[in-house]
Amino acid sequence: MGPQRARQKEKKKRKIRLSKLYTFACVRPTLEEGDIITPLGGPGFSRVVFCNEPERHRIKPFKYRSNYVSTTKYNFATFLPKALFEQFRRVANLYFLFTAGLSLTPLTPFTPGSLIAPLLFVVGVSMLKEAIEDWRRFLQDREVNSRKVKVHSGYGNFEEREWQNVRVGDVVRIEKDQFFPADLLFLSSGYPDGVCYVETMNLDGETNLKLKKTDESTLNLDGDEEFQGFKGEVRCEDPNANLYSFIGNLVYDNLVHSLGPQQILLRDSKLRNTPFIYGVVIFSGHDTKVMQNATDPPSKRSRIERKMDKIIYLLFSVLVTLALIGAIVFGIRTKFHMEDWWYLRPDEPSPYFDPNQLHLAVFLQFVTALIMYGYLIPISLYVSIEIVKVLQAMFINQDTHMYYEELDKPASARTSNLNEELGQVDTILSDKTGTLTCNQMEFLKCSIAGVSYGIGVTEVERATAKRLQKSIAGIDVFHSNETDAFLTGETGVEMMEKPHIKGFNFKDDRLMNWNWLSQPQSAIIGMFFRILAICQTAIPEEDHMGNVQYEAESPDEGAFVVAAREFGFKFFKRTQTSVFLRETLDPTGKYVEREYKLLNLLEFNSTRKRMSVVMKDENEQIFLFCKGADSVIFERLSKAGREYEEATKVHLAKYGDAGLRTLALAYRKLDEAAYADWNDLFIKAKTTIGPDRELKLDEAADSIERELILVGATAVEDKLQSGVPECIDKLALAGLKIWVLTGDKMETAINIGFACSLLRQDMKQIIVSLDNPEVTAAGDLNNKEAFLKVCKESILEQLTRGHQEVSVDAGSDAVYALVIDGKALGYALEDDMKEKFLQLAIRCASVICCRVSPKQKALVTRLVKEGKGRTTLAVGDGANDVGMIQEADIGVGISGVEGMQAVMASDFAIAQFRFLERLLIVHGHWCYKRISTMVCYFFYKNIMFGLTLFYFQAYSNFTGQTLYNDWFMSLFNVFFTSLPVLALGVFEQDVSADICLEFPTIYQQGPKNMFFSWARIERWIANGVSSSIIVFFLTVNIFQHHAFRESGETAGFEVLGATMYTVIIWAVNCQIALATSYFTWIQHVTIWGSISLWYIFLMIYGVINPVISSTAYMVFIETLAPSPIFWLTTLVVGLACNLPYFVLSVFQRQFWPMDHHIIQEIKYLKRDTEDPEMWAKEMKKAVEKAKIGFTARFEATIKQVRSKVHRRQTNKKHSHDSHELQ
Amino acid sequence: MELLLERTQRGQKVSSAFTQQELPACKPLLTPKWVITIFMLIGVVFIPIGVAALFASRNVVEIIDEYQTVCVPGRYTTNGEREQFIQDVNQDKHCNRTLTVSKLMKGPVYVYYQLDNFYQNHRRYVKSRSDKQLLDGNATDTSACKPEQYLSGDLAIVPCGLIAWSLFNDTYNISADGQQVTINKKGISWKSDREHKFGNVRPQYFPNNLPRDLNGSLIGGASLDPNTTLNEDEDLIVWMRTAALPTFRKLYGKIEQDLAAGSTLSITINNVYNTYSFGGKKKLVLSTTSWLGGKNDFLGVAYITVGSLCVFLALLFFLVHWRYPRRLGDTKYLSWNQHASAN
Repeated sequence: MGPQRARQKEKKKRKIRLSKLYTFACVRPTLEEGDIITPLGGPGFSRVVFCNEPERHRIKPFKYRSNYVSTTKYNFATFLPKALFEQFRRVANLYFLFTAGLSLTPLTPFTPGSLIAPLLFVVGVSMLKEAIEDWRRFLQDREVNSRKVKVHSGYGNFEEREWQNVRVGDVVRIEKDQFFPADLLFLSSGYPDGVCYVETMNLDGETNLKLKKTDESTLNLDGDEEFQGFKGEVRCEDPNANLYSFIGNLVYDNLVHSLGPQQILLRDSKLRNTPFIYGVVIFSGHDTKVMQNATDPPSKRSRIERKMDKIIYLLFSVLVTLALIGAIVFGIRTKFHMEDWWYLRPDEPSPYFDPNQLHLAVFLQFVTALIMYGYLIPISLYVSIEIVKVLQAMFINQDTHMYYEELDKPASARTSNLNEELGQVDTILSDKTGTLTCNQMEFLKCSIAGVSYGIGVTEVERATAKRLQKSIAGIDVFHSNETDAFLTGETGVEMMEKPHIKGFNFKDDRLMNWNWLSQPQSAIIGMFFRILAICQTAIPEEDHMGNVQYEAESPDEGAFVVAAREFGFKFFKRTQTSVFLRETLDPTGKYVEREYKLLNLLEFNSTRKRMSVVMKDENEQIFLFCKGADSVIFERLSKAGREYEEATKVHLAKYGDAGLRTLALAYRKLDEAAYADWNDLFIKAKTTIGPDRELKLDEAADSIERELILVGATAVEDKLQSGVPECIDKLALAGLKIWVLTGDKMETAINIGFACSLLRQDMKQIIVSLDNPEVTAAGDLNNKEAFLKVCKESILEQLTRGHQEVSVDAGSDAVYALVIDGKALGYALEDDMKEKFLQLAIRCASVICCRVSPKQKALVTRLVKEGKGRTTLAVGDGANDVGMIQEADIGVGISGVEGMQAVMASDFAIAQFRFLERLLIVHGHWCYKRISTMVCYFFYKNIMFGLTLFYFQAYSNFTGQTLYNDWFMSLFNVFFTSLPVLALGVFEQDVSADICLEFPTIYQQGPKNMFFSWARIERWIANGVSSSIIVFFLTVNIFQHHAFRESGETAGFEVLGATMYTVIIWAVNCQIALATSYFTWIQHVTIWGSISLWYIFLMIYGVINPVISSTAYMVFIETLAPSPIFWLTTLVVGLACNLPYFVLSVFQRQFWPMDHHIIQEIKYLKRDTEDPEMWAKEMKKAVEKAKIGFTARFEATIKQVRSKVHRRQTNKKHSHDSHELQ
Repeated sequence: MELLLERTQRGQKVSSAFTQQELPACKPLLTPKWVITIFMLIGVVFIPIGVAALFASRNVVEIIDEYQTVCVPGRYTTNGEREQFIQDVNQDKHCNRTLTVSKLMKGPVYVYYQLDNFYQNHRRYVKSRSDKQLLDGNATDTSACKPEQYLSGDLAIVPCGLIAWSLFNDTYNISADGQQVTINKKGISWKSDREHKFGNVRPQYFPNNLPRDLNGSLIGGASLDPNTTLNEDEDLIVWMRTAALPTFRKLYGKIEQDLAAGSTLSITINNVYNTYSFGGKKKLVLSTTSWLGGKNDFLGVAYITVGSLCVFLALLFFLVHWRYPRRLGDTKYLSWNQHASAN
């Protein structure tokens, strides 16, 4: 019985540890109960769960879905039909299927194999790719499904079971920091009063912990053995997607208890700060709320591919037209001349050439022509693009510059079909927490008694300082306080090389190492630290070494207790009524343990914007410690407590501009009698039941949080992920717009805006929110309709005002920022207002939306995507970003510390926000150019080849006879011309990666779509047409009816066909060599290899059985190779048909050069190394006019300094002048 | 990724130039110097080739005699009447032509027949053969040969198909200045055809040029000698290499001697092949060859045109470049500098 007792003892200990913290919340009655008439049993509420009797759920009608979760698109049975269906949804593939089918009839001009083989290859490769991708998804599912959880197996024993084997009705035990395997009914926890903390980051992105509470009836089920005889019955709603509601009843011990969302623990959320919980599975697998929320990822296609479809339609219409022309001419010829062609035996016609059944013959001929001109449509285009994209994706995945060593996470292109879209992004919509920031707070600075301490620098200051140092030589700035500040900031960086303490990044010798004791204001400093150590709700965890770690509800709070600990006020123990500190008040390390009795705790919430504790110290003195937003604290100060107000305000403004989160700290001394009076009032308020309770509590709290004495302020850095300001700056310089969409409070969001340089002091902020007097007044009226109307009008008015403001300043340098609140956004996104909102937002340099719901994130994304018609990229890390990630043209997931939802929904996953820079500016740019050149080239190549087939028809009565051997034709796309274009698509670089990054403007070639515009496509098509004309007519005229070699033979089908084909192979391969600017050995091998391959093929094919090779038999060795005319034709025609492109491109390059041409030239002449100054100067200029980012911030600073200096000088001059006058 | 990590840990080169897309590459650049050089080079190479080709073509001596009208008695004025004449088995269709050799024709002189408006490239025609049968005589599937597949119902025709059936059958007999000239019919076909495409197969049930009905309205081409195997019948082999264009020449034979300038050639043509139904011309061609083959200026002209075009482009490029020079890598052409100057 020993262990059992030990366990109970432990349980008791925990009981003491926490209770005080949540009493405040727990006493609060839940409003939902009783208000709702439960419709249980009715439609939509039919689910019955027999707790602890999973076996009853094995048979219908209580057999529910298992906990096996599958996100794969296919399974073994459905793969073939579904994948085939997907393949043949592409018009081109369907067309090729149609022609392959027809090839089995005599209609076809080719042998069936030559049509079916390429189609099989193309479809096969695509399907293989699908299968591999789905296999990966399957492996991921398997990982999740085989996670282990403890399940009650009967008689009070729990055994480990895989998630997928958990059933509805099972009782499970979840340990701390484990995920819930299904939606659970919360029965009991390690805490005696049945609460637990849950982190729902995966569901809604909120990082603060949520408190869940069991129904009191199940409180006693807090040990394994208690479940031996446990039985209960839950009746509740059917599976649905609503995360925040739940309606149900629990029948237990013959009593009915009503259940609400408080008692439900959702799959994919995580148990935190609680040793363990027990729960009953009520929804499993795809029935869980999180899975119900999951929508099928939309299949996204890039802009280029969508446009490509249009070109294919265009080519289809060309194809049909050609076939129609051919059929008509054929009809005429057959009608009037077939009789005369006795050698065709017109007296015994086949239906294909029967002048007596002309309609049929013409129709059949039309179909034949449709098949034959199929060469206009590049069959291998899709498959080539897919291969290229997979390889490009491989390069993205392998890029060491996007590899995050700390977590061993490389970038990963999860879907490869959007690579080129990365090069066309116009607007980035970013989440904040976990994406821009690490969700980690660090105590960085503080202001105590009017003195600012802390010399640490924020990420953004560091970035600005770096930039300043770099360019200070070139710019004639007068030394001023501002620039000095930047420089000292930089030196600050050098100093901090100590081991880093999580949550604490404070450096200042005046306070560190107990130096604060010798400061003049040491008493106040001590008070400051004490407030930090006591005014909090964290839970300490002391290990056997005496080291204390904290678990706090919010990361800020964690940073405060850590800071207090580092300054010598180590909070190490919390009981129901007291907080214990070890105070080290001298450098030797001697400490005293002190107990502070906690009398009351006044919680933090968003309206109060402050929290307080009332405590009694060892001298029986009662204090109220309060920390809160500066605006709230300053209005509550006593006259005597305002001594440091002015100085603190200055510091707060400075901290705020640096992007730090600030809180003011204050205290009040209470005398016994006053406290007792107030406490009565407070207790009364607390025990009130009904709607007035909140109000009364607030009033009570408000009455004591007055007459405060200001001590100082803290500045906590919401730590940005490394490199975020630089990345934002670079993206801004590349002309990208960045919107931040966050679920956080407006203040926090604005802080981060400052920290990332999305906002700065000289920007004019347009704040749209419902937080104004009219709306509040309307809200008090209790008239819902009127209230909505007022809200709407208010938003409309604010937007209009914003428009006016922006319009007035249009043309001037004024820069605007739009900050909009979630509630306001709700109205702004309504149909009649969204256009106005969008227009305003577009004219603002930065847009920050705060307190937005996941759905609103998606809506905003859609608004930008559709309203602006430009490519959007959404980046986020949490499940709350999934909507946005799926909605955007490109979704990027941050594969951060935990939570896979965003990554699973994303198209690209990167480990850090900063990798976005390389992903877009380097890979995006390359992929865009590669794919667009590649697609253009494909069309060129096939138009050229296809048209030669058409011209030949004019010589052969449009009968569908082709000039080339069947196998030449079918190997054209897959064999002789595919590899070089693949190499181009995978390896081409117009400029190197460094240059992409150094000259961010070049990125704009993508968003402006300079390489896949209709003009450009038309030019390539024209190139194809002209090349085809040159090839065909030159060759035909060179090989007329006369002998083509010295021994007198004349040219037949085989000679003309093979020669023309040879010329085409040369022409298209030389064409791609001309279009390539980056030749590695791969390019050389593929281009020249393809040409050699043709000759090798011709030789080998020529010596095999003549029955198979027919017209190609021995054609090269015997006929062509010994004939000088063959080689001379190849040379002149091959060259002539590349001449137009060559002439156009050299003239364009020489007289209308583009940016990358000039840069290539500079690099080629090595002028960048000869004249580094010029190079650096151009680098600086090669940016889009950015209004955000630290470069913009830096420039604004310089401008201010200059104008100040200028003013000073003119003033001086003025006074000087006036002196002279006197 | 494991590989990548491992290397990182070793602190060596993180990963290969290939995966980082940093392979050593040559980045050729079309500088004006290069452009002008390339154009000039093409000009310099092409024009002489063109001249040589033109020269070769001009050196070829060619005698062409169009005889389809003159070889039918004058009273048949329309093609319809001429066709009837040709198909009348009772008529003698021999015809004498006299030609003069204008320039010395060095042997071998090649004798061709040239047909015009004859669609050997018609799909029905091209497909109407059985390569397998030509090689071994007994192909099971000769459906492509329809309607020249079976004679009177079930006798498999060898060689089957329209091509063989419509074999050209005019014959020429040439004498120069009264001296009989031998026309060598050996070696006029491709060796590979003789050896590998046409087998040691005797013609069987070949329609043999018999009238289809008593009116004799349909007569095909030549009759095949059942004793000559296919691989020996070079006329057939030549004919069966179908022409790609509707005007074509085919080798009839070789005259292995010189024909002196001014000598008179008297030619007896047996004009039996029906080109009248479709109004096609028939020509007899005697031609010498050069290293480039027969007489055709086109290749030479093409070379000279492309060559001079390139020279012209070189000059044009040079002039424009001289008038509007642009220094290589001149930063003022960068878009951001252009915007700046525009503003």
